[in-house]
Amino acid sequence: MDTPSRSEHTPSPPDLVTPPGLTSPQTGLAAASAASGRARLGDRLFAGASKGSGILLLVIMAAIAVFLAVRATVAISANEGNFLTTFEWNANANPPVFGIAVLAYGTVVSSIIAMVIAVPVAVGIALFVSHYAPRRLAQPIAFVIDLLAAVPSIIYGLWGALFLVPHLTGLNLWLDEYLGWTVIFDKTNPAATPRSLFTVGILLAIMILPIITNVTREVFLQVPRAHEEAALALGATRWEVIRMSVLPFGRSGIISASMLGLGRALGETMAVATVLSASPVLTAHLLDAGGGTFAQNIASAFKEANDMGRDALIASGLVLFVITLLVNGAARLIIARHKEYSGANA
Amino acid sequence: MAKRIDVSGLSAFYGKNKAIDDISMTVEPGSVTAFIGPSGCGKSTFLRTLNRMHEVIPGASVEGKVLLDDENLYGPGVDPVAVRRTIGMVFQRPNPFPTMSIYDNVAAGLRLNGISRKKDLDDIVERSLKGANLWNEVKDRLNRPGAGLSGGQQQRLCIARAIAVEPQVLLMDEPCSALDPISTLAIEDLIRELKERFTIVIVTHNMQQAARVSDRTAFFNLAAVGQPGKLIEIDETERIFSNPSVQATEDYISGRFG
Repeated sequence: MDTPSRSEHTPSPPDLVTPPGLTSPQTGLAAASAASGRARLGDRLFAGASKGSGILLLVIMAAIAVFLAVRATVAISANEGNFLTTFEWNANANPPVFGIAVLAYGTVVSSIIAMVIAVPVAVGIALFVSHYAPRRLAQPIAFVIDLLAAVPSIIYGLWGALFLVPHLTGLNLWLDEYLGWTVIFDKTNPAATPRSLFTVGILLAIMILPIITNVTREVFLQVPRAHEEAALALGATRWEVIRMSVLPFGRSGIISASMLGLGRALGETMAVATVLSASPVLTAHLLDAGGGTFAQNIASAFKEANDMGRDALIASGLVLFVITLLVNGAARLIIARHKEYSGANA
Repeated sequence: MAKRIDVSGLSAFYGKNKAIDDISMTVEPGSVTAFIGPSGCGKSTFLRTLNRMHEVIPGASVEGKVLLDDENLYGPGVDPVAVRRTIGMVFQRPNPFPTMSIYDNVAAGLRLNGISRKKDLDDIVERSLKGANLWNEVKDRLNRPGAGLSGGQQQRLCIARAIAVEPQVLLMDEPCSALDPISTLAIEDLIRELKERFTIVIVTHNMQQAARVSDRTAFFNLAAVGQPGKLIEIDETERIFSNPSVQATEDYISGRFG
């Protein structure tokens, strides 16, 4: 998150020295200065208003953080389990025993699966729409992808539970049989319904596809014509033009878009809660049912939570918040490292 | 290396709009030919038809023939990608690949041609940068980004990139219009050296530049506003600037219009 440093650059009005005898007080520079003095009142009001909104935002953020931290501390100090390593989530019990190990693992793993599937597909679609498809085709495709982004996540959840889960049985058996040796695709009980982290990952991939596609497409469309012509004039084919000028120019955009998608995947609630058969299981076998995510756990447990249970859920939410912050920070580091070559200075 | 270009009956279109009409001319091998004329008369469009860059603009098309020695660039089965590898181009604004180092910028075209041995690349990069009079300025920072150079250096980097693949013709579209006078002189000196090895065609708005660097000059003009551009005449540069055979050329050169 950027701090609003702009508000510090409030321009101070330059001092206009009126040479005596050159202009009478009523005309010329003096009159112009008086008129612009009225205009500068507007400037000051606007600067104050925008600075105020910036500060208000920071105050609200800080208030939320303090509230969450206090409630989380209450829960964590009452916890009889280890907050980081305990598998089960019995926050309503007396004494409460809960830990985030399963939730953190499930959140990160399902998001990684989603990214692995969604990013290449999204970049491919964005390249097709921006550089391959004829305009007549590109616009309808872009429109349909926008529509995907407008579908509420509970609809994705229902579709996932009623359509995707039964139709993934075949894929699960195939992966188990041919890629089972990789452990992650080894299904312990091949007959079980695939309400697994893997299925959640696929569903999340579909859900984050539109945002990644749209942002990368916008970036690809902004590649300066001169960069593409430089490659063309050297005798580059269309793919070589993309490799030499489009992808390098769009790299930081692809990373930013992926982070937006990852943010949604990490925090997705209803779709995951609908599809996953949650249980305190932490396993490397991604096709096995069970596991959980932060957001899913909050959605599932909130209704029946007592005071302690709610505070515990808040603590888990704080961890999700920290994970998201870390991921964003890492992405910014990657972008900053390549700044010199970003094309922004061309 | 250098080859002759024979253009006959060439017209270029943007959609249904005809931009240049029925141009025929010969560009002699190993010489510098300058295109001059008022803005919008189609000089740059015509230049871009000579390496099939015109058609990359959506809706653009070309009619007519361009012979490189005896091969028609617009003949059936001719791959525009292959044409552009034979006929290099330098643009109005320096456009080094911003994500690449100086070295990689020069090597970009070589890598497209499948040259990947470090030793070969090193040799050609050095030779090309020397050919573009840039070697001494950048030899200690070949791994720095090309976009960090000054405008004039960037343009010479683009020339190095274009000549690295040993094209037969080098097209230059107002290569000095974004540069200061000193960088411009450096590029003009370079053009005089390069014509030993390449056939050079240069579009310029600067008539002194045309007079300084070119052997032959072609004057383009519009018949009227909204009409396509036409070739008015092409002749020895000396003749065009002292005693042109068409009145419009003399009017333009002496500053009476345009």
